[in-house]
Amino acid sequence: MFDFLSDYDNPTLLGAFWMTVKLTLLSGIGSLVWGTLLAAMRVSPVPLMRGFGTAYVNIVRNIPLTVIIIFTSLGLADIFGVTMGASDFKVQGFRLAILGLVAYTAAFVCEAIRSGINTVPLGQAEAARAIGLTFSQTLRLIILPQAFRSVIGPLANVLIALTKNTTVAAAIGVAEAAYLMKEMIENEAQTVLIGAVFAFGFVVLTLPTGLFLGWLSKRLAVKR
Amino acid sequence: MSSVLYDAPGPRAKRRNLIISVVFVVLLALLVWFIWDTMDEKGQLEWALWKPFTQSEAWTTYLLPGLADTLKAAALAMVIALPLGAFFGIARLSDHRWVRLPAAWVVEFFRAIPVLLLMLFANEFYDRWTNVTSEQRPLYAVVTGLVLYNASVLAEVVRAGILSLPKGQNEAAMAIGLRKNQTMRTILLPQAVTAMLPAIVSQLVVIVKDTALGGVMIGFTELLNSRATMASFYANVIPSFIVVALIYIVLNFILTSFASWLEKRLRRSKKSTGAVLSAEDMEELNPAAVGGSFGTGGEGGGLPGSRTYL
Repeated sequence: MFDFLSDYDNPTLLGAFWMTVKLTLLSGIGSLVWGTLLAAMRVSPVPLMRGFGTAYVNIVRNIPLTVIIIFTSLGLADIFGVTMGASDFKVQGFRLAILGLVAYTAAFVCEAIRSGINTVPLGQAEAARAIGLTFSQTLRLIILPQAFRSVIGPLANVLIALTKNTTVAAAIGVAEAAYLMKEMIENEAQTVLIGAVFAFGFVVLTLPTGLFLGWLSKRLAVKR
Repeated sequence: MSSVLYDAPGPRAKRRNLIISVVFVVLLALLVWFIWDTMDEKGQLEWALWKPFTQSEAWTTYLLPGLADTLKAAALAMVIALPLGAFFGIARLSDHRWVRLPAAWVVEFFRAIPVLLLMLFANEFYDRWTNVTSEQRPLYAVVTGLVLYNASVLAEVVRAGILSLPKGQNEAAMAIGLRKNQTMRTILLPQAVTAMLPAIVSQLVVIVKDTALGGVMIGFTELLNSRATMASFYANVIPSFIVVALIYIVLNFILTSFASWLEKRLRRSKKSTGAVLSAEDMEELNPAAVGGSFGTGGEGGGLPGSRTYL
């Protein structure tokens, strides 16, 4: 019944899901960094940076991820010549997909962190300033550590959404799960079985992530 | 704007902010210059590529039909997903285990799977086992994928909406002798629908954005797909991307603004219980916790007069 699975070796089933995992982890790290920077800009004393952060989030959140991913390939790579230092097409697609995913997901990370900053009692920031800490010290030492602990739950949701969003990379030919599924389902007769196998793969990826991070967020929550 | 994170800027802070601003502007300007210069070099700034957007042909042949298909798929998906979502949401609140658990499994299953997988599967399903014509199939597949996913999200919205109502509503209904069915139909659901409206409108944004997937992966002729057709005719890759992105931004911005206007209005309104389910509450619904409990509700908006950082 599962014979057809071994007919595919470019990528194999496990290889395709490994690609999904790689896309998720790398763009997860990237968007965490870029999203935190954006959140810092949005609360910073410099009006221009605040404006930039707000504009970025509002623009990027309203564009479909598919548009962004396709643009990285047809626009960034083909017109602007941004090839991310890749020599062959496959690697280039992989890196561009990560770039697109980071640009998109960071907007959601930024919003999550910003709402986390709002859960930190004002007295914390006031006390920090009263002992003479500067803006960046207040943010780095007092506010963000507490904010991060309270946004693990929302960030877990962003991570799960990101895991599912990596399938969009199939649109620019990255050989991940949805790419393989499209190929298989068009060529094989076992439509339902193929659907079930890939659905199961994603449940396996997202369910433990959600449960583990949900447990972690409860454990690390700041008791107030 | 004042903030508790920093003092009102004095002379030194003002100077420092100015320096940071200048550096930031220079960096942004460099980026803009790079984009402009490359576009100029590749001939993407030529008027011939932008001119189509000032004429009716590009709009009537490519963009408007594409936009119409996008809106059609989104509207159909929402209209079908709402009752389905309400059904599963209420089923999850049932007192009977054999109703509650299967509903929970269905909802959690479809929320854990990418929409693209659902669309690909639906496309193949219609191809093999139904006689939907091949012109209609992409629309069917896109709507099916969107319905399955969004019905399960809306089920959670409905559940959260009902749970957000004050407990007294349910208790009062029971006290005057209404049945469970009557309580749900005449007391809880009407109030929950009002509380859910903002969340439902924000979900429309997600649906509109997801239609673009169907355009690329299964050849549904929506806006992004029409862009490709148009760009191959006028050879205006970058201009067409910019215009299409702008259309999406404006469309979704209108929906988002409408949602937050609704939310504000509902919070102010004295007629309702004041329970509102906003887009932010939605993000707290953990998409992977099976049968997990969560509390959203009236406290979501914060106390009037409470101070926040932003």
